[in-house]
Amino acid sequence: MKLPIDEALVSRARELAGEVVAPMLDYFARHSTVAIERAVLRLYGVDGVDAEGVPWPNRVVDRLKASEQLAAGAAAALAHAVTTTGKRIQEAAEALADGAIDVPETPAPAAADWARTEARRALELLLGYRRARADLKTRLGAGVTPWKYLIVATGNIFEDVPQAVLAARQGADVIAVIRSTGQSLIDYVPYGHTTHGTGGTYATGANFRLMRGALDEVGEELGRYVHLTNYASGLCMPEITVLAAQEGLDMLLNDALYGILFRDINIYRTLTDQNFSRMLNAAAGIIINTGEDNYLTTADAIDEGHTVLASQFVNERFALEAGMPPSLMGLGHAFEINPSTEDGLLYEIAMAQLVRQIFPDAPIKWMPPTKHVTGNVFWTYAHNTLFNLVGVLTDQSIELLGILTEAIHTPFASDRFLALKNAEYVFNFARHLAGELTIAPDGRIATRARHVLKEAVDLLEEVAADGLVTAVEKAEFADIARPPDGGKGLEGVFARGAGYLNPFEEILSPLRKAEVA
Amino acid sequence: MAGIKQPNLEDLRPYGDTLDDGKVQLSFALPVPTGPEASEAARRLVLNMGMVDPLVVAMEAMGPAHSFFVLYAAVTKGIDYAHLEVPKAEFERLEMAEIDDLVARKIGRKLVVVGACPGTDAHTVGIDAIMNMKGYDGHYGLERYKMFRAINMGAQVAPDALVARAIAEGADAILASVVVTQKDLHITTLTHLVEVLEAEGVRSRLIVVAGGPRMTHDLATELGFDAGFGPGSYAEDVAAYLAQEWLRRHG
Repeated sequence: MKLPIDEALVSRARELAGEVVAPMLDYFARHSTVAIERAVLRLYGVDGVDAEGVPWPNRVVDRLKASEQLAAGAAAALAHAVTTTGKRIQEAAEALADGAIDVPETPAPAAADWARTEARRALELLLGYRRARADLKTRLGAGVTPWKYLIVATGNIFEDVPQAVLAARQGADVIAVIRSTGQSLIDYVPYGHTTHGTGGTYATGANFRLMRGALDEVGEELGRYVHLTNYASGLCMPEITVLAAQEGLDMLLNDALYGILFRDINIYRTLTDQNFSRMLNAAAGIIINTGEDNYLTTADAIDEGHTVLASQFVNERFALEAGMPPSLMGLGHAFEINPSTEDGLLYEIAMAQLVRQIFPDAPIKWMPPTKHVTGNVFWTYAHNTLFNLVGVLTDQSIELLGILTEAIHTPFASDRFLALKNAEYVFNFARHLAGELTIAPDGRIATRARHVLKEAVDLLEEVAADGLVTAVEKAEFADIARPPDGGKGLEGVFARGAGYLNPFEEILSPLRKAEVA
Repeated sequence: MAGIKQPNLEDLRPYGDTLDDGKVQLSFALPVPTGPEASEAARRLVLNMGMVDPLVVAMEAMGPAHSFFVLYAAVTKGIDYAHLEVPKAEFERLEMAEIDDLVARKIGRKLVVVGACPGTDAHTVGIDAIMNMKGYDGHYGLERYKMFRAINMGAQVAPDALVARAIAEGADAILASVVVTQKDLHITTLTHLVEVLEAEGVRSRLIVVAGGPRMTHDLATELGFDAGFGPGSYAEDVAAYLAQEWLRRHG
């Protein structure tokens, strides 16, 4: 089953996405954020919390910022502290946090050397984790796509673990631990095991480790690799990415546009965070999931379907610029057309197949209906059945399974069981359907797909002309307007000084790599 | 028609295939393996609920140590529907054009409405359905109304910020939509919002409305709101209520 697609329009869309992204790349090169600097400290191994429970990376960066010493970057400060005092990394960081050490505007050559050498060592460590995980995946083998993605969200990691293990035994390929409501807006990463989240469980290094261990164990038992995912959106994007890389997560939600539109996070802050975060994801082999599906929870899926595609082109370009291969780009979209629409199924097939063909190497993330879901669980179950059918027909890669109690509560174990039963039934029962069908070149499906692509290109023309920042201000995505100086977290952005040092970026950034060479 | 039985409204019961048979369907999971003991346990749990004739129609293994059940049973006690009283927001239902007309004629200016998902709630689907131009399911939102100025602040708005904006805009009404209800988060958030309104001394001059999938008028008024709108409410319900409530207060 193939859609006829005008490749010239696709090329034009990619060209425009390049124009949309270009001014931001220049901005990234001249700025950093408190979250990036905290991530750098974490990469060097700074961890833990002080007596008041404040993470040491926050303590260090807050201190540097307050004493106007952040412009050279946290790497420069840490390197200075280590090379001049002979302290170990954690002790040097704590001394910096306590204000015991003054940092020069430009690191001394010895400090810069130390920073670069240690950064290489830290990245080698991450690459080691990545190789070990790849070996495990190869040995156990992953399930066939669409991977069945299920959520646990009890708020208590010790309750999440048995639920996730149960879901894995029932057939889940991917477990996502939803974060506590509001975590995306806190400017630090909580520490340790947590038991008191609302609507989800706090993302912490310790929680990641506990869940990872449990899924690896059940994976061995089942002879099937079980993926783990969490959320690197919000104000701690790069830090969560570091923790995920250290603890062996396979995927992360990672989408600045989502944070801007749906969490009212400042556009400059989160795009800058995202860029560094994606470099780390690329290095760690973590698949990102983007949040375009959410556009359709506010805007109409028929009228605004093209905004999803346009945003995917932009997200693809941002990811490429951060060094990500397409195989790590889990671009998102959703099954959100109003179920009372005549031929709605055809339009869903058009959109899903269009995305599949335009991004053939991307592990596309396909989201279930939520907007038109009511509390009628029987009706939702029917709705989800057609969602599953389109998923297997159009070869989606990662499918977040629809839950019949969507819009009621966080899933019961039995809700996940029924979701898996539905998906397994449909995926198996219609496994090779796509190979038997052809799309009428001038039929409703092809016409709809042509229309969506054309509209996406038109929108990208507009966004490229306006600039991304203005386009977001004009509510061109998801019907939501966000001003460039509004939203949360702008105070955490700073201009890099002349002596700015971030060796991780030097090594990982495709742009800086060329510069350094 | 003669011979056709009417429901007994003073002893109302669920309707299966025979009037007043009291039949209900249930499903739940038990954290034990499937087997005769699990099935019997499920049956007895339903008896414990005060129902009769429990029938386990499906028992499936949800894993090695968990079972899923579907059951049917009958209730024996009905409800006096004939004398039931449920508090609800009092207003006459009107269409968009009628509401705009009413506001234009009787109020003579636009009603200003500020809405948000207060606190940490990030789910804007409800507030968007009521406020945004497109509305929901063919029912246009308040932005579409000629005689309303609708300001949707979106998700995760601190109650202080919501109230400050309402004061700054000279709002007539506040709409607070709460979707997350786990651990009664919505109760905490809405209570806090009312406290802020009272602390700012503006509670009585604003019409304050709560909405959400688990919202009822009864709950909303108990929390100190003027009205609550639950599932199945559209912008015209909220708009009609606001216009009529404004007139009641200023008429």
